[in-house]
Amino acid sequence: MNEELSNVLISKEHPMDDYLREDRLPHIWCSGCGLGTILTSFVSALQKSGLDRDKVAVVSGIGCTGRAAGYLYLDGFHTTHGRAIPFATGLKLGNPELKVVVISGDGDLVAIGGNHFIHAARRNMDITVICVNNFNYGMTSGQMGPTTPTGARTSTSPYGNHEPPFSVPYLAAASGATYVARWTSLHIRRLEDSILEALNKKGFSVVEIISPCPTYYGKKNKMGSALQQMKYYHENSVIRHGSDPAESGIDLGGEIVVGCFINKDKPTFLDSQKRSV
Amino acid sequence: MANNGILQGSFFMDGDTACAEGALAAGCRFFGGYPITPATEIAERMVLRLPQVDGTYIQMEDEIASMNAVLGASWGGARAMTATSGPGFSLMMENLGLGIMTETPCVVVNVQRGGPSTGMPTLVGQGDMMQARWGSHGDYEIIALAPSSPQELFDLTIRAFNLAEKYRTPVLVMTDETVGHMSERVIIPPPEEIEHYPRRKPDVPPSADYLPYKSEPNSVPPMACAGDGYRVHVTGLTHNEKGYPDTVNLDVQQQMLERLINKIQHNKDDIIELHEDQVEGADIVVVAYGISARTAARPIRLAREMGLKVGLLKLVTVWPFAEERIRELAPKIKAFVVPEINMGQIVLEVERCAAGQTETILVPHAGGGLHKTKDVLATIKKFA
Amino acid sequence: MSRQEIRLSGFGGQGIMTAAHILGKAAALFDQRNVTLTKSYGPESRGGASSALVIMADEDIDYPLLTKLDLLVTMSQEAYTKYIGELSSGGLLIIDRDLVQLDQPRDDIEVRSIPSTRIAADELGRKIVANIVMLGFLAANTDAISKDGLKESVLKSIPKGTEKLNISAFETGYGYGSQ
Repeated sequence: MNEELSNVLISKEHPMDDYLREDRLPHIWCSGCGLGTILTSFVSALQKSGLDRDKVAVVSGIGCTGRAAGYLYLDGFHTTHGRAIPFATGLKLGNPELKVVVISGDGDLVAIGGNHFIHAARRNMDITVICVNNFNYGMTSGQMGPTTPTGARTSTSPYGNHEPPFSVPYLAAASGATYVARWTSLHIRRLEDSILEALNKKGFSVVEIISPCPTYYGKKNKMGSALQQMKYYHENSVIRHGSDPAESGIDLGGEIVVGCFINKDKPTFLDSQKRSV
Repeated sequence: MANNGILQGSFFMDGDTACAEGALAAGCRFFGGYPITPATEIAERMVLRLPQVDGTYIQMEDEIASMNAVLGASWGGARAMTATSGPGFSLMMENLGLGIMTETPCVVVNVQRGGPSTGMPTLVGQGDMMQARWGSHGDYEIIALAPSSPQELFDLTIRAFNLAEKYRTPVLVMTDETVGHMSERVIIPPPEEIEHYPRRKPDVPPSADYLPYKSEPNSVPPMACAGDGYRVHVTGLTHNEKGYPDTVNLDVQQQMLERLINKIQHNKDDIIELHEDQVEGADIVVVAYGISARTAARPIRLAREMGLKVGLLKLVTVWPFAEERIRELAPKIKAFVVPEINMGQIVLEVERCAAGQTETILVPHAGGGLHKTKDVLATIKKFA
Repeated sequence: MSRQEIRLSGFGGQGIMTAAHILGKAAALFDQRNVTLTKSYGPESRGGASSALVIMADEDIDYPLLTKLDLLVTMSQEAYTKYIGELSSGGLLIIDRDLVQLDQPRDDIEVRSIPSTRIAADELGRKIVANIVMLGFLAANTDAISKDGLKESVLKSIPKGTEKLNISAFETGYGYGSQ
């Protein structure tokens, strides 16, 4: 391609440049990881939302997903392991004008941060939680976690995981979340729409995103290359909007129910507090 | 009550209530906490009073969450506080470290009770003083104040908020069950007489080149909060001036940690408050803090009536430690006597600074009560 | 006037803590004395012996706990048994005479008694103000606290709408003590 032609066809600027901290790129995520496309879906949704970017803050915990806050050119808080939600709670209450988004992993949010997750849902704290679930602790080289399917192998379940996992949508719904959806990192358009809905939702909104971890979880469970793992997610995902979150459990090698499970309105923590005083 | 919702005048109130009123007078508008004896009355007062001053109270699911919520609220722009006692203080240690690392102004009150573990929930202790200094992992400096009365708890809570803003750091108010639960007269001055150190905001407009953790020697960088337009990046990882993680560069670690420590160390003259009573010319100097400084006054008076030269050095600021003053006094006196309601914590600091130039004698108390006058008096007499 | 130590005691639910707070507030805010009030916490506040110590002094109160008890007010047998030994020689014991039997007689103390609970129930129709009757009686029997200050403190400490009842209780107790 000659230079003239490339100047026409290839833009020097990426449409998302303004949303990313260019000086922090390249990111640390592995090739084949779903986090890149997830971040893209988030930025697209944010662009469509019309939210004032100076009033959007992202809070992360620790882990691969925990790095998301660091790549977005927004007010970003990279907190301690599991503590993104209580930090986000304080941030929202300290300045209720902010749209506060938690982006973190399954281990961070529902293991070490599990108590915070259910209580923020219970009190309907007005924050959006994007939970990227790769079924293991990727950052620390693939240990089992609270979402690891029974039977799956990880570095700390070498004989196969003997514990039953949490289903994030079921946990969120049972705890009182106003919006609960699940997609895989392959459903980028539907995911973007869901994130947009979650951002616009008042109250505790949760979007779980199933994401491949070819480096650890995929490898340990013989799911093949990153591409094969994605193909598996693609072929085994079943869209069931409005279905019972109790039926959203994920078995090793089984189907992955995706869609929007819950979308309802109820007073947020601050609404209720104002009314009670 | 003045029309801004802040009390003014003379009141008869307990220390915990005075602490809450001090916080409100200092502009605290967020409290996140978890009930625990003997600090619960602070939360109870805050939940009643915060709505009257357009503030927000939230009872979190535990003290880990409470500490995080306080940090979040501070980054949201609010003056924020939590209050707890030993077991909750332990849970707060993790994110006290995050507050120190991210330079987040906030106030943590510990109404100390007997320990270890659940210990003696309704009775006094001073056993968390070293935990206050070293309880979170890693290396850092901390500011901790110790009041001896409800009035001091009111005053020092205000001072804690001002120090927190001035030095961008969590500040600990290390009180105890006796002070927290005793009622005395508390005078709340008019608002114009209450010191208010405002949060320092950046003096440059938002830009991609903005350095939220600009490293000038001993400096405290101004704080751009979420929503101010600066799009700060804040992390508990070792970070550069931009606030970006850099977890393998030893120079970045060195520069960051030195600044975190030096901003306290090099401002000790401003931070350390001591109350001295007849220390000059004394043979014995009693070094005490909190409720123990108050109970020490009686044996000191009795010793003076016997003709002994005894001074009281009260550590209003316990951390950073008043090492220069102890070093200065050590060669001039016969002994430091240190009564504290633990089996020997601050006495270790006194001993370190005395460096063998004089005796350093602990008057221990296992907790649950105050020192008997005769015990402290006997120690004074023995070394005078 | 030098340091005076007064213990109010009884069982949970009698309003001992409230009475102690009213007493402390009166001395601190109306009589302008230094006052330290400490309370017993824990299991005792849940139905067992309940007690509060009010220390008043013109000088600074260094030691905030008991050193020499000058006056013991007790409204229960259990509290009497627990605290009578603390009362210093020459001290004053004030009891609710229907609730306390002096089974440990001491000839080195003075005793005054009033059926405060019975007066509250029978004469005032509200047993709940027995503590205020007792405060009135206390005011009549000690110069540690001014009557006007204590009355003012009662008024400033009680729920709105109960002023008449409480002042009547206070005056009844005071009158009984002045006879």
